[in-house]
Amino acid sequence: MKKLFFLLFFLSLTFSYAQDYFPTDAGVKTTENTLTAFTNAIIYETPKKVIKNGTLLIENGKVLAIGKSVKIPKNAKIIDLEGKTIYPSFIDVYSNFGINKPKRASSNSRSTQYEPSREGYYWNDHIRPDVNPLKDFSFDGKKAKELIAAGFGVVNTHMEDGIVRGNGILVALNPNSSDAYRILDTKSAQYLSFSKSAASSQAYPGSKMGAMALLRQTYNDASWYADGNMQNKDLALEALNKNKNLVQIFKTDNLLDAFRADKVGDEFGIQYTIVGSGEEYERITDVKNTNANFIIPINFSNAYDVSNPLLAQQISLRDMRKWNQEPSNLKVLAENNVNFAITTNGLKSVKTFHTNLQKAIKYGFDKEKALEALTTIPASIIGNNLVGNLTEGSYANFIITSGDVFDAETTLYENWVQGGKNVVNSMSIKDITGEYMLSVNGQNYSMSVSGKGAKQTAAIQLGDQKIKSKFSFKDDWIAITLNEDSGYTRLMGQTINNASVLEGIAYDTKGNETSWSASKKVAKDSEKKKQKETKQTPVVVLPVSYPNLGFGNIKVPETETILIKNTTVWTSEDAGILKNTDVLLKDGKIAAIGKNLKSRNATEIDGTGKHLTAGIVDEHSHIATSAVNEWAQNSTAEVTIEDVIDPNDINIYRNLSGGTTTSQILHGSANPIGGRSAIIKLKWGENAENMIYDNSPKFIKFALGENVKQSRYENGTRFPQTRMGVEQLFIDYFTRAKAYDAVKKSGKPYRKDDEMETLAEILNGERFISCHSYVQSEINMLMKVADKMGFKVNTFTHILEGYKVADKMAAHGVGGSTFSDWWAYKYEVNDAIPYNAAIMHNAGVTVAINSDDREMSRRLNQEAAKTIKYGGMSELEAWKTVTINPAKLLHIDDRVGSIKEGKDADVVLWSHHPMSIYAKVEKTIVEGSIFFDRIEDQKKRVAIQQEKSTLITMMLNEKLNGGKTKPPMKREDRNFECDTLEELKN
Amino acid sequence: MKKTLYSLLFFFLVGNSIAQQTPADTQTMPFSIEGATAHLGNGKVIENSLIIFSDGKLTFVGSAMNKIARQGTIIDAKNKHVYPGFIATNATLGLVEIDAVKASDDEDEIGPVNPHIRSIIAYNAESKVVESMRPNGVLMAQITPRGGIISGTSSVVQLDAWNWEDAAIKTDDGIHMNWPGSFKRGRWWLGEDPAMKPDTKYAENIQEIKGYLENAKLYLSNTNVEKHLPYEATAGLFDGSKRLYVHVDGLKEITDAVTIAKQLGVKKVTIVRAAEADKVTELLKKHNVSVIINRPHRNPDNEDDAYDASYTIAKTLNDAGIVVSVGMEGQMERMNTRNIPFYAGTFAAHGLEKEEAVKLITLNAAKIIGIDAFAGSLEVGKDATLFISEGDALEMTGNILTDAFIQGRKISLETHQTKLWKRYSNKYKSK
Repeated sequence: MKKLFFLLFFLSLTFSYAQDYFPTDAGVKTTENTLTAFTNAIIYETPKKVIKNGTLLIENGKVLAIGKSVKIPKNAKIIDLEGKTIYPSFIDVYSNFGINKPKRASSNSRSTQYEPSREGYYWNDHIRPDVNPLKDFSFDGKKAKELIAAGFGVVNTHMEDGIVRGNGILVALNPNSSDAYRILDTKSAQYLSFSKSAASSQAYPGSKMGAMALLRQTYNDASWYADGNMQNKDLALEALNKNKNLVQIFKTDNLLDAFRADKVGDEFGIQYTIVGSGEEYERITDVKNTNANFIIPINFSNAYDVSNPLLAQQISLRDMRKWNQEPSNLKVLAENNVNFAITTNGLKSVKTFHTNLQKAIKYGFDKEKALEALTTIPASIIGNNLVGNLTEGSYANFIITSGDVFDAETTLYENWVQGGKNVVNSMSIKDITGEYMLSVNGQNYSMSVSGKGAKQTAAIQLGDQKIKSKFSFKDDWIAITLNEDSGYTRLMGQTINNASVLEGIAYDTKGNETSWSASKKVAKDSEKKKQKETKQTPVVVLPVSYPNLGFGNIKVPETETILIKNTTVWTSEDAGILKNTDVLLKDGKIAAIGKNLKSRNATEIDGTGKHLTAGIVDEHSHIATSAVNEWAQNSTAEVTIEDVIDPNDINIYRNLSGGTTTSQILHGSANPIGGRSAIIKLKWGENAENMIYDNSPKFIKFALGENVKQSRYENGTRFPQTRMGVEQLFIDYFTRAKAYDAVKKSGKPYRKDDEMETLAEILNGERFISCHSYVQSEINMLMKVADKMGFKVNTFTHILEGYKVADKMAAHGVGGSTFSDWWAYKYEVNDAIPYNAAIMHNAGVTVAINSDDREMSRRLNQEAAKTIKYGGMSELEAWKTVTINPAKLLHIDDRVGSIKEGKDADVVLWSHHPMSIYAKVEKTIVEGSIFFDRIEDQKKRVAIQQEKSTLITMMLNEKLNGGKTKPPMKREDRNFECDTLEELKN
Repeated sequence: MKKTLYSLLFFFLVGNSIAQQTPADTQTMPFSIEGATAHLGNGKVIENSLIIFSDGKLTFVGSAMNKIARQGTIIDAKNKHVYPGFIATNATLGLVEIDAVKASDDEDEIGPVNPHIRSIIAYNAESKVVESMRPNGVLMAQITPRGGIISGTSSVVQLDAWNWEDAAIKTDDGIHMNWPGSFKRGRWWLGEDPAMKPDTKYAENIQEIKGYLENAKLYLSNTNVEKHLPYEATAGLFDGSKRLYVHVDGLKEITDAVTIAKQLGVKKVTIVRAAEADKVTELLKKHNVSVIINRPHRNPDNEDDAYDASYTIAKTLNDAGIVVSVGMEGQMERMNTRNIPFYAGTFAAHGLEKEEAVKLITLNAAKIIGIDAFAGSLEVGKDATLFISEGDALEMTGNILTDAFIQGRKISLETHQTKLWKRYSNKYKSK
């Protein structure tokens, strides 16, 4: 049925806009002369090549000739554009023009869909490179009109749905033509994103890291398929391979995602063109280092309405800054030589395109770059040199304006696409704006005309008194009605002398006919006014900090040489506690420990009465990440938290304020085989990549018990649903991993599987397991599975019943990383006891105390102290549970976890005994850089107040000056824990 | 079948062996504690103290230098510390046993307005979580219902009892109200922006609360009207026999809540949680409003808040002359209630004088929940509810109890957890 409509539609078009070889039954066959010359205009052949007083000659939708001295054929229609300017029409390379998203897949069942809906395609529905949007394309006349009015001539559109979305099509915005002409390219690009397809409810991927892993596996499989190794037909992989040589355009929603996309691309030798977020200014160096071309939105936000101070105080500095800083994004990108195009994507209305672009220009964005970003750069992104310029042979896509296209006062008259004229503002409407002296019936009024085109209006005054009046300017006729106490005076008239004089007939209050005239005053006054206005509101852009939020640093702290004098040093080594000792930190390392140390150029810190310890190591944390669980499969060894580290999390700073310097960011516990970890240093301000340990030991999260068997699901359907099933799942996966590894090692060709690669690493002793566990039965089980399959469990985390099997743990050689005193929050922690750490320790297990909680991780010193209260551990051993012991469990004890010469200079200076409740952190140092300082922190608080106050003033001004505002917004604290199930959007 | 039977039997036996501690008998013989540093709970300290109690009441609190006769069992507490039993306000002990097991959850009754719902009824005196409080010195608690706009009525219990009747030391001390927030999360499932934006219905919501209490007042002033249990329950708010606890965080909301409560003639008002109470100290002082500050071990509310915002608030309020105690509300609140001494310690670390910090969880708490006439400090005539600690009880490393008494009864410091500790320590020792 749908097809029929489509056909009918197509037929009706071919009827009216027949291609030349099509027969006609409508009359005699005629051919229109399309040869047209535009003369006397300023012509931008390209943004860099400007022809003054030039001629543009077009025919059959293309540029025939362009230049200063073009010979105009006799049969050409000539349009004189004296005083006007011609630019190539703009191009939007990220669009969904004319293509509707599929309807959300309806799901009758309330249980999760794990399997794909499609047959003959890839195993995951969200990989849809086979989508060819041509069949869904329907020229959207209304939207086209908006885009044409904004100056666009060509859009690259696609089906905005799925992770791999299929190819784009390049469409000329030519409403008076047919698809036969206006579709310029049917395979113009391939599109990708981190969002799932609405067409399928398939659960995987349930997280961003899952989406990244899926993309990698898809590329692996595509090349395996291309080499002819698959028995089955996979139309998705086939399409992916076919689209390989197209430009790959990756849509992102925030800056971190841009880096993530680029990282995946780099691994496979693909340089994505990235649709950015408008946040690029926040980390411009990293943006530049991607070497990607960008497509940048200009959907600037409105100021917050801060008129209610009680509500206004809830807005975060981060959100307030965004309003102030984002208009400078294009300027920053341009100044850093990032190659980028501009898109209308993200704008609520295309009508705001020019005002936003003008704002960006006001914020210092270069106009020539602006024109490039709308013409030549998008053209080069899609590799089409026939659009975005007016060189001979290119499409005759151009706009005619009254002047500089980026000036607010300029009128865009016409937008020609493929040689077809689209009138935006009639060129015949004269610009009559200005100040006039209006004389009628012996009275002299002052009249001020403003506005554009057909929308020009006038304000009329008699002396200081405003006169009620109506004004219109249509089809070259001026109509004015004056409404005074004495009655109505009606005027009709036209312009004389190129609009500097207006005159015509008038009918006075009694209906008597007379004449009127208005003459333009000298224009200097209004110009002066304008200059004043721009002077009054200088653009102030507040500096970006790293990260760009409250407590961020304007400059990331640098490594210093620091000498801490005369302090009590908790070494976490056999040396124990050293009193009245000096510690020298140099080049990011602990250079010397001793008495009366001296160093030139060192910053000296008096440690008298204070305590110096190694930085705290948290074995189990979920701060600084954008995702925790890839919950949509029972095994997700292919995902890694390293992909989703979020350096903009305030909890990094707060953890530093509690002396934590290293955290293992673990995957959650939603599935037995979880994802890989990220081990990070809390270098507040650095980017994600720099926070992750160099040559990081490889870890993976496993999990047992209630969470993995979906105990609190209303209707869980995923295997396993019991602890019995959990064992078999491990045996199954490791059996398969062994077989995989055997094939790989044999040198035979094999299908690269990231999940199996990871499990094989475990079997080969190259990757360590940190396993979420509670009750003794399951703890015992995993050790037995490990023995049977030939691997070791490195760490049991949580391990609340570890005390019941501590002897078995010691025998297996597995460590225990536990909570100090948590229990009673679910059934499987009924027998959790705070003496657990002490019992395990006494049985010879390496014990750490961890947080699994962004708040507890800022006071792990106190949690360590609880092992003294519960079970009587010694002070030295208690302190090791948060320093050298977790470092050992993480295989980073050669670098951190104790104060020892040669180790990383990750140290904390405390005001008291570090396990005292009264202890406060004075300084936290990571690799010789001071990342937290209690005195500096006080200064930052004041700075935040001051900056907020500045921004509130700016926003109040914005509102007073008629700017749009939006209601205050409170930023919510994210709380990621082991069982947080986030949902990847579609 | 046989197997099931065995395992059932086994379960029964094990279950029995780890049952709750038997509550201690009424005090028959006096005790004298000598030589300890006594923290009286009212801000005062007596070094080398002598404390005597009999029949459940303190009969002497003073210096050991006093040459008066020691009575009954003499406990040498040299180098140790004595404190009044710590009090947890705004707690839910005994209302839920295991958070994730719905069947064990009795904290939140259906319906938004439940002043007549009484927490004491569901209080499980034999909860394993309750007994785990005692080794940390937490000996009394205000048991508070949760949820809705008016959650219900709280009562105060001591933590060594056979049943709820036995446990209660003050029933129905006050009514708890959850004040609406002026910000509201967008309903994303209706396609709204999920961000927190000002709630346009905020004014309406607070008018509803006001209207409800006005109606209650009207009902109470009329005779011959049909019985209305919820209205009936609010009577104490207006005659001063019940306190109104308003659970509220924001500056604006606190201001509205206090203003409206006073307009309605509510005699005693306490604000609970009160994250931004430090910004309205003048108002609180003016209306004699006390504060149950939420545990400091929580994240600051806003990204730009100081990292120690939740640590320093107690000092600010205390300095302003406001009566402050420490409450529990939020994640894992029950099992964490035993950490209340360390919450007080954290407030002390961040500016509060140490004895003032002790006061938060002793006399101040007693004053707010209305038991200060007989509990909350070591003063002659008051209940002998106290404990002896090896060290500073606000320190993890010092909070190690040797003895504890509730109303003079020497209570067990064993718990389900200490038993497991001993059992498994012995298991490895014997090998």
